[in-house]
Amino acid sequence: MRGNLRALLYLSPWLAGFAIFFVYPLVSTVYFSFQRYDLFTLEPVGLLNWEYFFKDQAAWTAIRNTLWLVVVMVPLRVLFGLGVAQLVTRIKAGAGVYRTIFYLPALVPLVAGTLGFVFLLNPGTGPVDAILSAAGLPAPDWFGDPAWSKWGLTLLGLWSVGDLMVIFMAALLDVPKQLYEAAAIDGANGWRQFTSITLPVIRPVLMFAFITGVIQTLQYFTQAEVAARVASGATDSAGSVFTPGYPDQSTLTFPQWLFQQGFRDYAMGYACVLALVLFAVAMVFTLILLRQFRFTEEES
Amino acid sequence: MTPTARRTALLWVARHAPAIALALMFLGPLVFIALTALMTDRQALTSDLWPHTWNWGNFAEIFEKAPLLTWIRNTLLYSVLATAFMLVSSIPVAYALARFRFRGRRLAFLLVITMMMLPPQVVAVPIYLIWARFHLTGTLWPLILPMLLGDAFSIFLLRQFLVTIPREYSDAAKVDGCGEFRTLVRVVLPMARPAIAAVALFQFFYCWNDYYGPLLYAGTDLDNWTLSLGLAAFRSVHRVQWNLTMAATLLAMAPVIIVFFFAQKVFIEGVKLTGVK
Repeated sequence: MRGNLRALLYLSPWLAGFAIFFVYPLVSTVYFSFQRYDLFTLEPVGLLNWEYFFKDQAAWTAIRNTLWLVVVMVPLRVLFGLGVAQLVTRIKAGAGVYRTIFYLPALVPLVAGTLGFVFLLNPGTGPVDAILSAAGLPAPDWFGDPAWSKWGLTLLGLWSVGDLMVIFMAALLDVPKQLYEAAAIDGANGWRQFTSITLPVIRPVLMFAFITGVIQTLQYFTQAEVAARVASGATDSAGSVFTPGYPDQSTLTFPQWLFQQGFRDYAMGYACVLALVLFAVAMVFTLILLRQFRFTEEES
Repeated sequence: MTPTARRTALLWVARHAPAIALALMFLGPLVFIALTALMTDRQALTSDLWPHTWNWGNFAEIFEKAPLLTWIRNTLLYSVLATAFMLVSSIPVAYALARFRFRGRRLAFLLVITMMMLPPQVVAVPIYLIWARFHLTGTLWPLILPMLLGDAFSIFLLRQFLVTIPREYSDAAKVDGCGEFRTLVRVVLPMARPAIAAVALFQFFYCWNDYYGPLLYAGTDLDNWTLSLGLAAFRSVHRVQWNLTMAATLLAMAPVIIVFFFAQKVFIEGVKLTGVK
């Protein structure tokens, strides 16, 4: 009994935070989703916000864009991170230097990195398109072309893959060496060793990286917002209002639309509908993640 | 060069070629930003890569174009206070989750992970309304004060580290008559220094880089803005040229990169902790 009280004392800051910043807002979000609220007047509207959601073209565009990032960017980041990790773990001399270089972009502030990439990929100012044309490849107007803008964001995501690389390097170094030695004696080549030893052993780590990647991507906001703002050349002066998604709503993500509705157009009731949709999707992936945790918990 | 030496050199290059190519691709954008930051306004808009003249004055000019010092001060205030508050509130929670046996221990840990994974936008509206009621919107306090009530990611990370410290150490301290709190402060915390340093750095960098939070709360008064917020609006608000925008970009990156070089090991060990299943 004394143990429980002591735990309560130590946990109290977090318990208060949990109540104020999680339970209360969640309940409150459900309540507001049935109201029209613009910071001044509160009016119950029944299911109107929910009905509007199904007719809201921009919301569905945002869902499609977010889904695109989940399906394309997240797996590419995991694969690329694994490739880079594999490369660095095989280097004998100077691995530390390479690791530093590959990790560095992951630390660069998102706004700064995005600004740099918009300028770097701009055909008029950066060298990327010149190199692509020289190699006979298409040279798109990345952040100015709706068909390529999400690929521009994907390149930015691949550049900052350092955190995944570090996690994968640790996992790769944990694979028992004897397994490789035994496989080599049996005549398994490098690729065979990778698919039948490395992949199965590090599978949980890959799963973890993938699921946390999905959940992070559901929150994808800053890079899309900043890229659209800078590429569109929007000014904050009167008469020129910035709307996210440039070009042509191609970079409009779900959290951006939520933010726009709730805090720029002050349709707070409707923003709560969007919030609950986001919550439902995020919870599905969080539950998958929690199942993974449960196992390791039982071992300890 | 003797034939063998040449052969060794060629082999070395061949073996390292993929890594070197990759390193150039990772460093390329940073070098590009740095070079553009030193160009003239006119040259920045061309596809030239190398500055014709080295305009070091650009770094002075950005301070005249925008209230950068105010933004840096605000960003530092946000980062330092949030990190300090986070440490004070999160360490005891992580310790309890790692060490105490109590009812609902596993549930509490699962809820910490759930909170960590919750997209901040989900609960944004009601939380915004709370701060509006206290007239704190338009300031950075809504981002700083909640850190007094613990940060889920930091609690998670500290807990992952604390469970790896053998119980024998704290048991020995208790045999010597230390209470639970003294055991935490005198025995466990010194052993957990690497993890504490890692979460502190992560928190500091998160705040330093944060854009969404300040965008939501800092309001329209430039005097309350952070560096990230100012940087994103640098071109639109002040109609600043690209070369200066890149100079400011470099300025925002510099502290992060410098700290990283000094505290690299702490970082890498910290990131590894996030990957523990």
